[in-house]
Amino acid sequence: MSHTAPNTAGYADCRNAWASTIEALAEADPRICVVVNDSVGSSKLGGFQKKFPARTINVGIAEQVMVGVGAGLANGGQIPFVSAASCFITGRALEQVKADIAYANFNVKLVGQSSGVAYGELGATHHSIEDFAWLRLLTNITVISPSDPWETAEAVKWAAAHEGPVYLRRLSRMPVPALDVPNRVFRPGKAEVVRAGNDAAIIACGTTVHLAVAAADLLRQEGISARVLNMATINPIDEEALHAAAATGAIVTVEEASVRGGLGGAVAEFTAAHRPVPVERVGFPGFVPTGSVDWLFTEFGLTGEGIASAARRALARV
Amino acid sequence: MQMHAPPNDLIALIAAKALWMRRTAFEMVYKAQLGHPGGDFSAIDVLATLYFGVMRYDPARPDWPQRDRFIMSKGHATGALYTCLCAAGYFPEGWLSTYMQPRSMLNGHPNRNYLPGVETNTGPLGHGFPVAVGVAIAGQLSGSDHRTFVLTGDGEQQEGSNWEAAMVAGHRKLNHLTLIIDRNRLQQGAGTEETSGLDPLDEKYAAFGWDVTMIDGHDYTALLAALTAPVGTRPRCVIANTTKGKGVSFMENQASWHHGVPTAEQFAQALKELV
Repeated sequence: MSHTAPNTAGYADCRNAWASTIEALAEADPRICVVVNDSVGSSKLGGFQKKFPARTINVGIAEQVMVGVGAGLANGGQIPFVSAASCFITGRALEQVKADIAYANFNVKLVGQSSGVAYGELGATHHSIEDFAWLRLLTNITVISPSDPWETAEAVKWAAAHEGPVYLRRLSRMPVPALDVPNRVFRPGKAEVVRAGNDAAIIACGTTVHLAVAAADLLRQEGISARVLNMATINPIDEEALHAAAATGAIVTVEEASVRGGLGGAVAEFTAAHRPVPVERVGFPGFVPTGSVDWLFTEFGLTGEGIASAARRALARV
Repeated sequence: MQMHAPPNDLIALIAAKALWMRRTAFEMVYKAQLGHPGGDFSAIDVLATLYFGVMRYDPARPDWPQRDRFIMSKGHATGALYTCLCAAGYFPEGWLSTYMQPRSMLNGHPNRNYLPGVETNTGPLGHGFPVAVGVAIAGQLSGSDHRTFVLTGDGEQQEGSNWEAAMVAGHRKLNHLTLIIDRNRLQQGAGTEETSGLDPLDEKYAAFGWDVTMIDGHDYTALLAALTAPVGTRPRCVIANTTKGKGVSFMENQASWHHGVPTAEQFAQALKELV
């Protein structure tokens, strides 16, 4: 399959927005602290550690105690951001996330770094494509997957101010462009309309929203007006926006995650229960082969053309 | 260490509380026909000592930031925990009769969102200790002098998360943290040493950077001495040698009483012994 690399001038690694925002928050609020599993560097927390060494709690390579310590810090009145590679903070410590954070309902922010297939070449152990499905069904946890640097910063600020558990499924280290939406306001739990359209709805999150926009541009050339929704909050999901999306008659979901149980799963659950329409889910079918992020995105249709094709398939089923 | 004998009235108070807790917990288990009375009874003297002879707390202000924390990592021992929190004044005695009933706030395992005085939700083993480490770190960060006590079962020490927690606490010298291990030597199915041996627990914790004390976990004088010893420079591990089912002849040292429930005759017999 031929693949022309997009022009990535102006793309940014969202970890920088995370790092500068958490440092600014910590300047203003002494309760902000970070808990890491030897992940200072990969979490871009070197600057934070330099400024706030006592508030940088590195437990070593030990995810169970890392998440448990987060709950204990919240018990002691701190506002911990527990930051580690998504695959480990969710998979390795899933029972701690369930029992100590979600069920106990502690004010802890879990930050999943290098999520999705950011570690493409490292293989399925290091891919984090199951995390949406695992965490979406835990009561009390707000799951947010920001789409670009601006939204990353806003989501971190919101999480710090929100009383309750949050999973920030931060961006892949893969750089992304700033979304072109005028007068943006971050509204947790609400879908953001990135492109208007009424023939079909493309519902995306995280790194894939800009690809959904590219797909909408391709579809427009064919006379198809596709709505693009940035569904940054996976849980709780914006049911009002899903009702309206279903009213277009066809839905495509796009996520840097497994198509089972995550955003696509949530949308399919909703439409099957409330308003059945064709839903095409773009993402990964399960464990995927080793390869670069770019290769994996192309191979599994996470491109403007791949998403546009999915929209055509959905429309053909109407 | 200079040891002063605790006043007799304090010992008598703790003993009276512990007796009431045993009788009440067994009644809860009998009525619910559910529970973990063997582990309740091995832990009750530790809890009674903590709440009536050691800890600083105010049941009217369960969120008081300066309170000492007790975390029941062996969350199945709710007969011990709930009777203790009730005796400490966190909720009315009438609530105890709802134990494990539909929609009761007295779950089979504790939930802090239902019940005042519960510090964190436990049940799956190996969870309370890491959370206690976080509470102790929070004390360092905020400059609070509160102490954190966490009780694990001994079989529970087989969970690897405890050793992650032990390593972090030892490394960070969390001297306001005390781990108490309810060393009754029995787990659900068999003895700990025949299942996946734990000994020598004292040497293991010492190697992880802890001060270790081994005591009789039913001796109030020894418990008071170990749990009120001045804060040192390292976290403290108190290995409390206990008897599963302590206080009732037919329950003592029987693994089957881990989650055994009494018949009417056994209940009556136990109440005769618990005086």
